[in-house]
Amino acid sequence: MESRLFEKPVYRLAGDNGLLVEFGEGIDSRVNAKVRAMARSLGKDRPLGVLEMIPTYRSVLFFYDPEFTNPDKLCTLIEQVEKTLEKIDIQPFKIVEIPVCYADEFGPDIENVQKTHGLTRKEVIHLHSKPEYLIYMVGFTPGFAFLGGLDEKLYTPRLATPRMLVPEGSVGIANNQTGMYPIASPGGWQIIGKTPLKLFAPDRANPFIYKAGDKIKFKPISKPEYDLLAQRENC
Amino acid sequence: MNALKVLAPGGFTTVQDKGRFGYQQMGIPVCGVLDSFAFNCANILVGNDENQAVLEITIMGPAVEILTEMDIALTGAEMEMTLNDKPVEQWKSIRVKPGDIVTISQVQTGCRAYLAFSGGLKVPRIMDSCSTYVGGKIGGFMGRPLKKGDILETHEARVLKKPRAIPVAQIPQYPSSVGIRAIPGPQDDYFDCGMTALFEKGYMVTAKADRMGYRLQGSPIPIKSGMPKSIVSEPSMPGSIQVPPDEQPIILLVEQTVGGYAKIATVISTDLPKVAQTTPGDTIRFEKTDLKTAHRLYHQEKNKILKIKALFVK
Repeated sequence: MESRLFEKPVYRLAGDNGLLVEFGEGIDSRVNAKVRAMARSLGKDRPLGVLEMIPTYRSVLFFYDPEFTNPDKLCTLIEQVEKTLEKIDIQPFKIVEIPVCYADEFGPDIENVQKTHGLTRKEVIHLHSKPEYLIYMVGFTPGFAFLGGLDEKLYTPRLATPRMLVPEGSVGIANNQTGMYPIASPGGWQIIGKTPLKLFAPDRANPFIYKAGDKIKFKPISKPEYDLLAQRENC
Repeated sequence: MNALKVLAPGGFTTVQDKGRFGYQQMGIPVCGVLDSFAFNCANILVGNDENQAVLEITIMGPAVEILTEMDIALTGAEMEMTLNDKPVEQWKSIRVKPGDIVTISQVQTGCRAYLAFSGGLKVPRIMDSCSTYVGGKIGGFMGRPLKKGDILETHEARVLKKPRAIPVAQIPQYPSSVGIRAIPGPQDDYFDCGMTALFEKGYMVTAKADRMGYRLQGSPIPIKSGMPKSIVSEPSMPGSIQVPPDEQPIILLVEQTVGGYAKIATVISTDLPKVAQTTPGDTIRFEKTDLKTAHRLYHQEKNKILKIKALFVK
């Protein structure tokens, strides 16, 4: 899909208490910058009646209480804020290294990804671990990071029927996206590996090791290295 | 204050309140009770504030030993309840004393019942809520469904001066075939004949139905030709009806924040409790509605609760 920035936001209804505001199409760092600026601007002083404001790749979802607000009021507000967006800076990022073991036992779909593109295991690993991926958004489950920057040679569709349970730490691909599963959960991504790191640790002072706007770099590791790191994480 | 001891946990019993708001951007779903009407009634019956934590009971009820004098009330799905082996009624406050045994059995109609206690259950507030997020293993009682031997506390509270009961006319029925109203969108433009199928045919609730979502089975809902089979991942709402490539709809509920499949329509908030009271094998018939109607129903529902509350406040 070609990415582009919309001239005016596109509004879509998500039931009687959700309003989805789209700023562009596709996965695009300019579109996402606008999303993050909007979230930052409104996040400081959440509008009356807004229970949740969720920034994502190209849209912001407003979860509101119809007792206090409605889509008309929200649209007026969003259009006012939009005029000021260019002046808002987006936080600087850090690069977070994530070790990944791409062995069969951790990546049940890696062979499928190889076959789809006529690549060797080594090529898939190389293509997946080379880029620095921008975290466009966090969601789906605690700390699930949606990353942009996947090499086109690895674009693979989602599974036709999602799995009921994908193990914690799994790393996967869905079309032009790649990401990690911080907790075991259902999911439709093609699973190609697993990290031994705990990506969501509610008992740690900071349960997350990255946030939207940071960058992720995958580092291929062997099974023995995986076991060692996994042991260390569990101490 | 120790209030109750779990003798048998039941099918799937968790501590819940209205939910956890403001953390979806970190991937923490709203959680909370699925049937807000039954939840509100349960708290009103025992004289609690509106957002006190209760037990959400699924399909099979628990057995508990009471450790302190208090009022309790069971609302929602129809389940047989006994106090020391004698039947007691739902939708009414019941005075219990230390040593009493409350047993709630198999569901008769509906799926989820709510058991409230004077003062409300006392569990640590995690990210501003007492709700259990089972998938994330946080909140509620140790981040998990109850187990045999668990001892739960309640907040200090006075017992009621007079027993309370919800008027019979206000008690919902939970039929096995139910009409559910939905507003088209956010991706209604992905569908043409799929939209017709959704609103014309009934869909069966499959065994894959939990607090995360209800997978339904029925007429396929094809995506328009020329449209992509999935979308750039975006947030979902409780009630989003998403359509994966197998063309069978899934109603997303409260343990979900983001999805990558097109969402044909969204169940209105007033009808989410009805979805939550269906069990595998039941039939859901979707009915198309619009935002104006949905907001009117939302206000009606809110007023209904206020009126019930007013019955007991002098």
